[in-house]
Amino acid sequence: MKQKRKASNIIWITVLTVASLLWIYPIVMILFNSLKKETAISTSTAFTLPTADTFAGISNYVSSLTSQGFLKSLGYSTLITVTSVAAILLCCSMCAWCITRLNGVFSKIIYYMCVLSMVVPFQMVMFTLSQTADKLKLNTPFNIWVIYLGFGAGLAVFMFCGFVKSIPIEIEEAAMIDGCNPLQTFFLVVVPILKPTMISVGVLEAMWVWNDYLLPTLVLDIKKYKTIPMLIQYFRGSYGKVEMGPMMASIMLTVIPIIIVYLFGQKYIIKGVADGAVKG
Amino acid sequence: MHKALKRYSPIFVLPTLLAFIIGFIVPFAQGLYLSFCKFTTVDNAKWVGFANYNVILKDASFLNSFKFTILFAVVSIILINVIAFGLALLLTKELRGTNIFRTVFFMPNLIGGIVLGYIWQILINCILSLASKPLLALNSSAGYWGLIILMCWQQIGYMMIIYIAGLQNVPSDLVEAAEIDGANAWDVLWKIKLPMVMSSVTICVFLTLTNSFKLFDQNLALTGGDPNHSTEMLALNIYQTFYARAGALFKGYGQAKAVIFCILVIAISMLQLKLTKSKEVQQ
Repeated sequence: MKQKRKASNIIWITVLTVASLLWIYPIVMILFNSLKKETAISTSTAFTLPTADTFAGISNYVSSLTSQGFLKSLGYSTLITVTSVAAILLCCSMCAWCITRLNGVFSKIIYYMCVLSMVVPFQMVMFTLSQTADKLKLNTPFNIWVIYLGFGAGLAVFMFCGFVKSIPIEIEEAAMIDGCNPLQTFFLVVVPILKPTMISVGVLEAMWVWNDYLLPTLVLDIKKYKTIPMLIQYFRGSYGKVEMGPMMASIMLTVIPIIIVYLFGQKYIIKGVADGAVKG
Repeated sequence: MHKALKRYSPIFVLPTLLAFIIGFIVPFAQGLYLSFCKFTTVDNAKWVGFANYNVILKDASFLNSFKFTILFAVVSIILINVIAFGLALLLTKELRGTNIFRTVFFMPNLIGGIVLGYIWQILINCILSLASKPLLALNSSAGYWGLIILMCWQQIGYMMIIYIAGLQNVPSDLVEAAEIDGANAWDVLWKIKLPMVMSSVTICVFLTLTNSFKLFDQNLALTGGDPNHSTEMLALNIYQTFYARAGALFKGYGQAKAVIFCILVIAISMLQLKLTKSKEVQQ
């Protein structure tokens, strides 16, 4: 019996190993091709490794870093992600705690509107949202976080509410009796308890904001500001011959930081995904 | 406590509520209204009643993208959930290297849809050209399967994580009791593990369902709807109606399509939640 189990385990490990090699192959292929010279990149040689003749070193990377405004886009993407996630975490946790504890009719309306906003497709509001953003001058990377706060509130409020319900109310009441006002109670007592949920919500929202393409495309002025996904789309979608080398280098430049962040923060990211799967 | 909190509630609720009104409620209400109008901006809308809806229900490209989206959603929901559940079962078996496999399978999920789309466009075009078949821009069946492969590649890892979390919550004494009573691995899977993770199934089917219906970035990057709109999904079709052509008429059509799309997504996801939730067991 034991012998049999061992044999089947080895088979499964082999299957999983082959599958995971196939899984990362697309990225590896782009990596190899991004190291080739422009003339050597063609569909017929895409699956061969770079040779001494075709190896271009990091020249593709240098040209995409210098010519395409890549660093600027990286800066905008980082700015938007950081401000939006910070705003979402602060405002939505406050809102969720308050409406869960008050639990009146008004609270219920907010809660169900948030749930609704998670299901509504973006196409429903994209046109009117971009016009509203223009009117209120929320169309720069410096204040687009207001839009992201509004649109990301659904998931964040939903998750925070689910967690706040599980915190015993006695702790907060004790703090109030000891003389804390609600703000002090929230920041000194509730926030420390909410920290793991904050990390999970932060991870999910950051994944969304960083990779979002359509919202910034419609809201921001594309001539002045491009986030990373907008840059890649613009790069590819522009007319004329696309230079494949720098294009693939740009793809790698956007993928590599994500992989590095992932390898370091894996624990939190995986936990965030699992926590996000709570049901209402 | 209640009273004090009530006095402070504007500080707590207003920032989120204001942003929510700006970012969601106002655009949603305006969008609903504008679907009955002819307009180029929000300010010059002219009421036309159901005229927009009458036109789009006869719009061949819209109906075609409707069909394409449903075909895509059905196949991708089944494939993603079956494969993700299978992987989750394997990775909770205490095999060696489980963590590495989990890391690898989840990774594509972190890469954005646009970038994913271009990665696969390059890869699929290379394979097609080696097989001397027409490239993606002229090959709608390759576009369809390409989208499915891409979606699986991106979503399987995510759903796998949720299934793993669910499987780890199955009490091991239940499984042991069943094994002592003589259940084989197959029985344990169908009669113990699957019913116990039904809540994960609910959430995973919900996520894959809404993700496949709302798919946009990947569609835009991989095929862009080529050839001749045949691989255009609903979200992309609506986007193209809005922005690919000028003229007051088309914005109204686009908004009306968006409303129908929105109702469809809400209705289908409600129906699904009801169906799978009824199969859940209480622990």
